[in-house]
This record gives sequence, C-alpha cells and structure tokens, in this order.
Amino acid sequence: MTNFLVDGKPCSAKPDENLLQACLAAGLDLPYFCWHPSLGSVGACRQCAVKQYANEDDKTGHMVMACMTPVTEGARYALADPQAVEFRASVIEWLMINHPHDCPVCEEGGECHLQDMTMMTGHAYRIYRFTKRTHRNQNLGPFIKHEMNRCIACYRCTRFYRDYAGGRDLDVFAAHDHVYFGRHEDGTLENEFSGNLVEICPTGVFTDKTFSARYARKWDMRGAPSVCTGCGLGCNITVNERAGEVRRIVNRYNGSVNGYFLCDRGRFGYGFVNAPERIRTPLMRGTDGKQTAVSRGDAVAHFAALLSAGGRIIGIGSPRASLESNFALRTLVGAANFYPGFSTHEGRLLSLIADILSSGAVHVPSLRDVEQADTALVLGSDLPNAAPRAALALRQAVRGAALALAAKANIPHWQDGGVRTVAGEALSPLFVATPAATRLDDIAHTALRAAPADIARLGFAVAACIDSTAPEVAGLPADVAAQASMIADALLAAERPLIASGVEAGEESIIQAAANIAFALRARGKPVALMLNVPECNSLGLALMTNGQAAFPAALAEPASLVIVLENDLYRRADNTLLDAALAATHLVVLDHSESPTTRCAGLVLPAASFAETGGTLVSSEGRAQRFYQPIFTETDVSAAWRWLGAAGSTAGNHDCAGWATEDDIVAALAHALPRFSALPSAAPPENFRNAGCKISSEPHRFSGRTAMHADRNVREPKPPVSADSPFSTTMEGYYGKIPPALIPFFWAPGWNSVQSVNKFQSEIGGALEGGDPGVRLLETRTEAALPYYAAIPKAFASRHGIWQAVMLPRVFGDDEQSARAAPIRDRTAAPALALNAEDAALIGAAAGQWLACALDGETLRLALEIHPELPRGVAGLTGLAAKAFALPSWVRLTLAGPGAS
Amino acid sequence: MNHPGSIIPGLLNIVLGLAFLMAAAALLTWVERRLLGFFQDRPGPNRAGPFGSLQVVADGIKLLFKQDWIPPFADPAVFVLAPAIAMVTVMLAIAVIPATPVIGIIGNLNVGLLFFLAMSGLGVYSVVLAGWSSNNKFSLLGGMRAAAQMVSYEVFMGLSLVGVVMLSGSFNLTDIIHSQRHLWYVVPQFIGFVIFFMGGIAETHRLPFDLPEGESELGAGFHTEYSGMKFGMFFVGEYIGIILVSAMTTVLFLGGWYGPFLPPFMWFGIKTGFFVAFFILLRAALPRPRYDQFMSFGWKLLLPLTLLNILVTGALILGLPGPS
Amino acid sequence: MLSSMRTLWYTFLHLFQRNVTVSYPEQMPYLAPRYRGRIVLTRDPDGEERCVSCYLCAVACPVDCISLQKTEDEGRWYPEFFRINFSRCIFCGFCEEACPTYAIQLTPDFEMSEYNRQNLVYEKQDLLISGPGKYPDYNFYRVSGLAIPGKDKGEAENERQPIDIRSLMP
Repeated sequence: MTNFLVDGKPCSAKPDENLLQACLAAGLDLPYFCWHPSLGSVGACRQCAVKQYANEDDKTGHMVMACMTPVTEGARYALADPQAVEFRASVIEWLMINHPHDCPVCEEGGECHLQDMTMMTGHAYRIYRFTKRTHRNQNLGPFIKHEMNRCIACYRCTRFYRDYAGGRDLDVFAAHDHVYFGRHEDGTLENEFSGNLVEICPTGVFTDKTFSARYARKWDMRGAPSVCTGCGLGCNITVNERAGEVRRIVNRYNGSVNGYFLCDRGRFGYGFVNAPERIRTPLMRGTDGKQTAVSRGDAVAHFAALLSAGGRIIGIGSPRASLESNFALRTLVGAANFYPGFSTHEGRLLSLIADILSSGAVHVPSLRDVEQADTALVLGSDLPNAAPRAALALRQAVRGAALALAAKANIPHWQDGGVRTVAGEALSPLFVATPAATRLDDIAHTALRAAPADIARLGFAVAACIDSTAPEVAGLPADVAAQASMIADALLAAERPLIASGVEAGEESIIQAAANIAFALRARGKPVALMLNVPECNSLGLALMTNGQAAFPAALAEPASLVIVLENDLYRRADNTLLDAALAATHLVVLDHSESPTTRCAGLVLPAASFAETGGTLVSSEGRAQRFYQPIFTETDVSAAWRWLGAAGSTAGNHDCAGWATEDDIVAALAHALPRFSALPSAAPPENFRNAGCKISSEPHRFSGRTAMHADRNVREPKPPVSADSPFSTTMEGYYGKIPPALIPFFWAPGWNSVQSVNKFQSEIGGALEGGDPGVRLLETRTEAALPYYAAIPKAFASRHGIWQAVMLPRVFGDDEQSARAAPIRDRTAAPALALNAEDAALIGAAAGQWLACALDGETLRLALEIHPELPRGVAGLTGLAAKAFALPSWVRLTLAGPGAS
Repeated sequence: MNHPGSIIPGLLNIVLGLAFLMAAAALLTWVERRLLGFFQDRPGPNRAGPFGSLQVVADGIKLLFKQDWIPPFADPAVFVLAPAIAMVTVMLAIAVIPATPVIGIIGNLNVGLLFFLAMSGLGVYSVVLAGWSSNNKFSLLGGMRAAAQMVSYEVFMGLSLVGVVMLSGSFNLTDIIHSQRHLWYVVPQFIGFVIFFMGGIAETHRLPFDLPEGESELGAGFHTEYSGMKFGMFFVGEYIGIILVSAMTTVLFLGGWYGPFLPPFMWFGIKTGFFVAFFILLRAALPRPRYDQFMSFGWKLLLPLTLLNILVTGALILGLPGPS
Repeated sequence: MLSSMRTLWYTFLHLFQRNVTVSYPEQMPYLAPRYRGRIVLTRDPDGEERCVSCYLCAVACPVDCISLQKTEDEGRWYPEFFRINFSRCIFCGFCEEACPTYAIQLTPDFEMSEYNRQNLVYEKQDLLISGPGKYPDYNFYRVSGLAIPGKDKGEAENERQPIDIRSLMP
C-alpha cells in the first residue's frame, strides 16, 4: 500500500492507483467527469484538480489533475486548498456555459453526474449572460435519445463506444466548442452496448428512450436487485418499478460478473413484463373449448383434482424459471417424472456442459476472469450475439498486450491515452473459429471460418498438439494442422489461457473439443479457464438439477394423463406436429407469464410471475447462483410458479409441498435434497435478515406521491404490501446504508445521485463490492478431479450436392423468447433470413434479397437470401429463427421461391 | 326552612336554588368564552342563538351524546364517583350562602363558614380519586398535584378567615354580613381578602393555578380519561366553584347584599359577578406558574402573611376599644 | 407581582378594543394574491400547459399528495395525469416554490370543504385553469434548449443558431 496525505490526513491506496481513484476509495468527494474506472484517465475535463506539495516546507504547491497523478509514497496533496477549490468551480462554470436550461425536461435530472458535481463544487449561480451554442439532435434508434445541447465534451461516450465496446458508428465531429458526438447521419446505434451510453454520459446527452416513454425520476422508483434473464451470463441488474410497471433496467455493479456494463438486450428487453399479452388470471378451458378466467381457488382445486386423478403425471421444467419453481415441480411430480424443458439436441449439449463444468476438472471463469485472460480461443460460438457481455469481456482481455507494453514503458494501466499511444494496435492473441463472421473478428489474431464439424476437428487437433495423450485427429489438412499448432503454441505461451464455447456452437463435438483443449492445458500445468455458454438464464441450473435426464420430447412420446409445463413454450423446443398430437391426448396445465402457443393448448393456465413479480435464484453459465428480488407488488392473481405448485400439491395431499411458506423454505428444501446446491442458501441473506432491526427500504427516501398515487381509486391509502420472501420493506421505511451487496436496491449516496455513486459501495474502486460480490459459485475446481479426453472425433465436413447443412446464426435481438416481446427489441429484430456463400448462391441461381424456400420441421419457410462470403461452402446459416432452433442442425434443401407474401 | 312544617317550600327552595345555580354555571361557560374573546380582541362564540348564548345548549347536547366511556384499565366505581363528588361538594357548600336576608338555602346556618371550609376540603377527593382511578400516569400526576395544592391552600384559606371571624365574632354567614353594615371587611382585612381569593382560585384549580390539569405537561391532568357527561360534571363543578368562591368573597369581605339604592339581591349579584369576571380576567391575562414556585409561594409567603394578619388583627382587637 | 397587576390591567383594557377577527362568511377577508390556498395548474402565454411533468412538485411535497406521470408529444413534456389529494395537502406552497415553470400555483381560494373525502382528489382537468396566473409572461420552452413544435433549436432566448458540424469555420 502507498501512504500519502490529503489535507493533512493520512490515506493509503494500492500502489498502481491514480490519485482520483485513491481519493474516492478513501471516501473523499472529488469531482470528475472524463475519468471512469473502466475507461481509465485521459485528463480531459480538468475537473479533478488538486494541489500537490513537494515536501513539508512547500506551502505554495502546484496544481495537478488527480486522475493523471500516480500516488507516490509520502506525497502531500490538498483538496481543500482555496486555489484548487476555485479552479474546480471555474471549470464547472465553464462547462456549464452552454448547458441548456433543460433539467426539468431532462431524463437525467435527479440522477445527473453534472448536477452532482455542480453542487459539489458550489457553482450555484450562472453569471454568463451571452448566447449559448446549440446542436441538432439525431434519431439514434429505439433505445437511445439524443440531446446534444447538454454535452460537456468529456469524451466518455466515444471512449466507451469505440475504445471499450468496439463500436464504429458513434464518433466525435467538428472542432473546438463545436464538437459533436453522434453518428455521421441519423440512424440506429448499431453496437449492442449502446445502452451503456445512458450511464456513461455524465449528463443527459444520451438517455434511455424506452424509459422516457414511461418516465419517472430515480427517487420515485422502487429498486430491486435482480438478475438479467436475457441470456445465460447472469448479469446483475437493478429493476426500477413504479405503479406496478417495470420502468427501466439499470446496471447493478457486480465486480465479478458484469461490472459497469450491460448489453442492450438485457437493458431494453424488459417490456414483456408490462405487455398486454401477459396472463394475469387463471384460465380454464370450459366445455365450449374456450379458455375463460376462473378464480384462484377454482384453479387450484381443479389442478389438485387433476393431480389426485392419478395416472402418469409428468412435469416439464424451464430454463427460464427459477431454481425454486423447477424444484417445486420436481417435488410435485417426482424426480423420475421431471424432465428438463430443453429441445432434445439442446438437452444433450446442456447435460454435456453440466457434466464438464460440474466435474471440477476445469476452472469456470467469471466474466472478470475472462477480462484477465491473456490468450483466448473461441470455438464455434458467436459470442457477441449469443452472450454479448462475455464478448465485451473478451474485448478487454485482448488489451492485455497493450497494458503489458505500457507497463514496460512505465506507463500506469489507467493512463488510457498513454497506453493507447505506446501500444498502438497491440492485442493479445484471440482466435475465433466459427462458421460465420462475428463481431469479435476485428480484434482476433486469427478468425477461422469452417463448418461445425471442421471446427470440432480443429479443436481436437489443438488439444492433441498441446498434450500428446489427447486423441489425434486423423486426416487433417496441412493448413488446418498448422493453424492448430499455432493456436496450441499461443495457448501454451499464455499465463491465463481461456477457451470459450457454448450451446450456440450447435455441436457436442465442438464442446468436447473445447473441453479437450482445457484438459490438455491443465495437463500441461496451465491455469486454464473454460467458459461454456448456455442460452438461457437458468439453463445450467436446470441441467444441474435434472442431471442427465433426457429432455421432454422423449417423455411426451409415451402417453401421459397429465402434463405440467412450467414457464416454457414447448413449441419453440420440439417438433410442432408431434407436440400437437401429444398435448391433445393429455390434460395440460401450463404455468407461464405470457401467452404462447403452449398456453393456448392448455386446459388450465396459471399466471406465473415473471422475474419482476417474484424472487428466485438463477444459475448463470459461470455456475454462480444469484438471487433476484421482486420489484412489483401489485395485487393480482399472478404469483410465483412454485406457490401455485405448492398450493395445488398440498391440496392434493402431497406433504412434500406443504411446508413451503417462503422462498427460504424451498431453497432450504432444495439444498437439502440436492447436495449440488448445498451452497444455495448462502447466495443471499435470508428473509429474516434485519439491519439495525429494520428491513431494507426498497424505495428511495424521497419517494413521492404516496398519498396520491392510488387516490383516484380510493382516497384512503391502501396498506403497503409486505414482501414475504425478502428482507425488503416495500416502502421508503426501513434501513438504507451499509447493506449486504446482494441486497442493494439502488445505488445512491449523499451528494451522489447518479450511478457514479457505486464508488461508495465498492471495497476498492472498480473492484469487488464491499462485502464481496453477490452470488455463490456452485462449480469450483478440485485438484483431484479429472475427466478423460473425449475421443469421438467427427468426420471432416463434406458439402453435399443440392442440400446444405443448416446452422443457426444467433442474433442479439429477437432470439431470446422473453425480450423479443419488448417493443424496442422487436424494432431492432431483423426479419428471418438465410445466409449462403456467394458460390453456393450462384449454384442455385439466387441473388441477395431473393426469396428461398427451405423445408424445416415439416414446414416450408420463405426466407430472404443474404450473401455471407465467409461462410464455408455447403453450409447455410439461418438467422432470426430461434423458435425453430430445435430442428437444427440438419440438412436442408433450398429452392428458389417466387415473389409473394411470406 | 327551619321548622318541619315547611317541607314543600323548603324543597321548592332547594330545587329552585339548584336549578338557578346550574343555569348560572352553564351560562357562565358561555360568559367566560365571550369575555375571553373580548379580552383577546375577538368575538368569541356568537353563532348559536342570540349572541351565541345557546352555545351552552349545543355544548350540553354534545356532551350528553358523547360516548360515555370508562377506560378498561380504570377502577369503574371510583371513576364514576369522582365527578359526582366534584359537583356535590360545591353544591352543598353553596347552600350556606345567604344571597339576601331571605334568599338562600340554609343561609342562617350557625357554622356556615366551617361548613363551607369542610365542603371545599371534601372537594379534594373528587380530583384525587379521578386521577387515581383513571389509572393513567398523567391523570395520577394531576391528581397528586391537586391533592397537594388543595390541601396546602386550604390551610391559608381557613387561616385567612380567622380575622373575619374575630371581627364579627360569628361563624354564621348572615351574622358576618350584618356585622359589615358599616365597614366591609375588605378594608380591615385586606391581606385576608387577598389570600382568601388566591386560595379560592387554587381550590377551584382555575387559571393561573390550574396545575392539576396543566395541559402543556399533563395532557388534561386528572380528567384526561373523562368524556361525555362525566367530564361535563367536572366542568359544571368547576363553574359552580367559581360562583361559590366569588359569592363567599362577597359575603365575607364585601358586605354581602349591603349597598345603597339597589335591592339587596342586585347588590349581591353585582359583587359576585365582579369576582366572576375577575376570575375570567385572570385566566385571560396570567400564565401558569411552575409547580414548585406555586407551592413555595403558598408555604413561604402566604402562610407567614396570614399568621401575621391573625396576630395583628388579634392585637388590634385586644388593644383598641371597639364595639365588640 | 406588580407586573402581574399590569398585565391584568392591559388585558382588561382589551375589552374596549376593536376585534381583529372578522365574521367570515358574512364578511369576506382580504386575501393577498400570494395567499396559499387551492392549487391550480396554469397555462403559458400561448395557451399550452405549463406543466412539463418534471416531478419536482411531487418530490417537494412533504405529505406526498401530488402524483403525476410524464408523457411526451413531439418533444414537449406534459403530464399524462396530474393528481393532487387535497385531503392530505397542507398548503405549504413547497410545490409552487419547486416548480421550475411556474405551472403549479397556489391561489387565494380556500373554500374547499366536502362531505366526501373522495371529492378532494383533484385530477388534471380539475386543476388546470385557462390563464397563466402569476408571472403572465413566462414561457419555459422559450428559455429551454429543447426543440418543440413552433420553436426549433437555436430559437430560444439567448441561443445561437445550431452548429453546422460540417463547417470548418471557427
């Protein structure tokens, strides 16, 4: 630790920190704009000026910018020096000269870093009396609102968008005080991390358009710590609620997982919670064949009667439902009758992944570990589309080489401008092997394009090059062998190698190959990390729970008297004609939050809570069990699926279901029943957790409208709801201060109203939250654990005449069932398309944009052709068809289709 | 009224007397509020009836219709008894007052003065019992204060009258008035007059000596738990007490009904009314003293003064040749 | 003692002074224009709603009796609903002080008694008046930098024309 003095008071900091970071870590209030813990320092805004003194006798000192000053042992600084104070106030005054008179009509108002810093420096009165410059705004698409007048030119937006997230379509234009941050012309911001501009921008230039549509101030919204359900990574989010609606999602800092950033799918995909197609009452099919609303009691009684009727009862779990709900269904129908709600193919991949990850034979990296990898191989997986936040982490990982170069030149890692100047384009090696181009290719050392089988063979070959005991790949072409040995050498040379693959690779062999590489590196004594991505928020949790049980289509093949489907649209996961037949021949009870083809088949539909109406635990692809909490407390029939199942089960006389009063009860039962989940209760504090005898307030202390919000219905204020499952009070009454990191409902500190207040919650700036990052890891490496090498090496891919191997090309927007229901995500969802190599397209005589007919799952699809020149020959990429993913991979016949309605 | 043959007129006397008294006490509540209003530059209650005079009726109806509630934690028997004692003692005391040579219930009682003192002594019970039976700490504190205050001031009140008794040579109130035919005792017994009046205020626990019910520290003191007509009885008792003390002051120091030109009844009324108005003025003007100041004022100043008064009066009676 | 006597005397003299209270409702008292009575929402000089739905009145309200929801029309913010529960209002005037657009104003009307509390819940149509009330000339959008229909960028007070970012001129 480095010790230094600030205003005569001793402070200490990590040796590689800058003064600004050290001051913030010490709890001092020092204003800043351009610095960001993830972006480093550029010293552009001149806001963090402090005095530095040469020694004890130096009374004059000199002004330095804290963000650009390395903290040295025994150094003396002054924040409170009158000259520095005046300097900071004058910088704010100068930044505010052109700032418009907009705060009342600005979405940032009340959580604005510029407001906070203005108050902090005490510049309360504008003396500038001349005209202000103005800018025209751009339409930046369905996510982001642009109001350039408010800009203070801190450059954070372009530094994040271009340097951090790799976006290309946002830049700075013009010069001096004319600088303009925007696109070259109106249009949607393409990068899938554009939403972070909302939080990165210290003022209101970039604001959340979806939030603006149903706007409320930060102080008026209840916050609930939650976990994103957009993909399998388990990014931490804060859900903001007012008047029974989810108003927005903001990033919830978790040093080990998502850090400061979320992808746009997670941030803007919440609309399904408020959507009209939500199921809000139990529906029962009457004798006339129509589903009609019934009371809660009738629904439970009917469900219980179906349960008591006997026969073969099967339960189908859900990868997007919480562990609690899945376990409740498993308990209700018995472990043998509980089937994971995966498609057959996905089920095989996921049980393979669960086996590899839970073996303890490999290290499963957190996203922070991914950021720190120095050489990475992505095998078969289009991470930017399937798991965007992981791709963003990889983007930071490749900067390792630049940081190493800078360190050699004695430039601290946070000195962003210096690092970029000295390192130039230096990147750590990243190898990407996928069928189609990915958005990681621009930072990849080598981006290989091959058919899935060839990717697997490459992987196996890499493993064989690393460890000679690994199975050899026979008949490898020389160029592929050379690539394999190059990748193997790079991985062997690395200190922290990373292998990434996932379900989206589409082939078991690719995952096995990735595992083989990891095993081989481990055998060579390398601290390798193996990241295997899973598609949905609880895919891994369900796979771990069902432990190799075959996916549901196998179970439906035999007749059953009752099928219970938990939060799942089976029509996205199995052959639709088979499903129609199987579901028509049985009683079907579906618990879900939104209408889907499956709920339309059901005899009884129970309104299950979405992630915003209940709490629960999800297991991310890292194997991190994380608790999410309930932000919406409206009185409706909607309740957690496990409560429905528990009520029906106990009515039907199932004693195992009777004891579930709170979520803690069911978590305890789960941890007891399945040793794999024994750490689950420690994921978050229990319901009876109290701080100073108080519950934790979920509403900010200036929550407004308490006596008027519901007055249109009844002037007498309703009794506030009680959160049965969590230690949160649902009102502004309660404790807010030092609270366990898993329970932070919103980030706020006195004087820090913006998201920058997260500084006050971290044990070190940019590091873990005080009290440790939330969640508990279920998968840890064990030194004695080992798995044998996988030896099922596929044959080399050979294109066939007239038919193509169809592979799924994932898309960020629209692939996920839940977020695809949100209007802004729908706006960004491209129409389904089919991609072919130019030569293949020529073979069938089709040009880009022409319609092709393609038979899939017994249905002929009309798809527009896209030419992807990099696709291997014989491979057809399908995009926007996530609902048909169960039918892939398969060989499809393509024919030209005439023009006409699709 | 002195012999058994006149039961009917006797009863009539009692009933009419009490009815008049009750009406006067009730009206007094309105008079007080109007006067307070005038002292404070506002009209006071002026809505119900002519000049608001029916306010009394409105209040009475309100009190009668209020929930007559006995707290579950109270001692019910004593709780009910206390307001009755408050009213009964003052009404009994007022019986001995001769308003004119002919008007009065038992105006000619030969121990009239002692009876008055005895009844005001018994009045303490109402407050103490009310405070105790309410079983509430504010009420209890109010009751304790009342007991200490009334017992203490009773001493000076009694002693302050010794001079009057010495001068008149009688406990009979009619005789005392007769002996003031030439000179009201307010002149020779000025100190006694002042101390008696102060004692009277303390006995009726009126402002500024209303420490038993000091609302700023005790809620409503001994009658915190009372509502409805039971509260009304305390209220009426207090106002009859005001009339009682005013009438006694008139009788003992201002020559009762004696006065020129006007009939005796009028004179008695005017003099009593003056003191009643003075009671109200005191309420409007003076703040409440602190309890310890109030007690030490009584024991350390008023007691020596009364004793001195007795000594000087006695010495003068002995030293000066007088008509007695 | 003497001072008590003096007090008594002075208090007594008040018997002969004029009453300062008036007999409302026979005599109506004079209420200053800035009296804090019933709350209204005013319109700007162009007849548009002044309220921009910034939520500052709601947050300033110590009894939380104001509730509203922002909505937007071509860049102009206005409340979708605006509700004041007068059965809770304490007429402190903090909302008026907090209002950056002079939209919410307190008026000298205080005669709002109702037999049914529900009638004290005022919605936007009950609150909105047709004039500007106090500060008749103020129009928030003429000073704010936001573009709204009829006022483009650069047309507000103290604003320069929007910058042409393709120009190289200084």
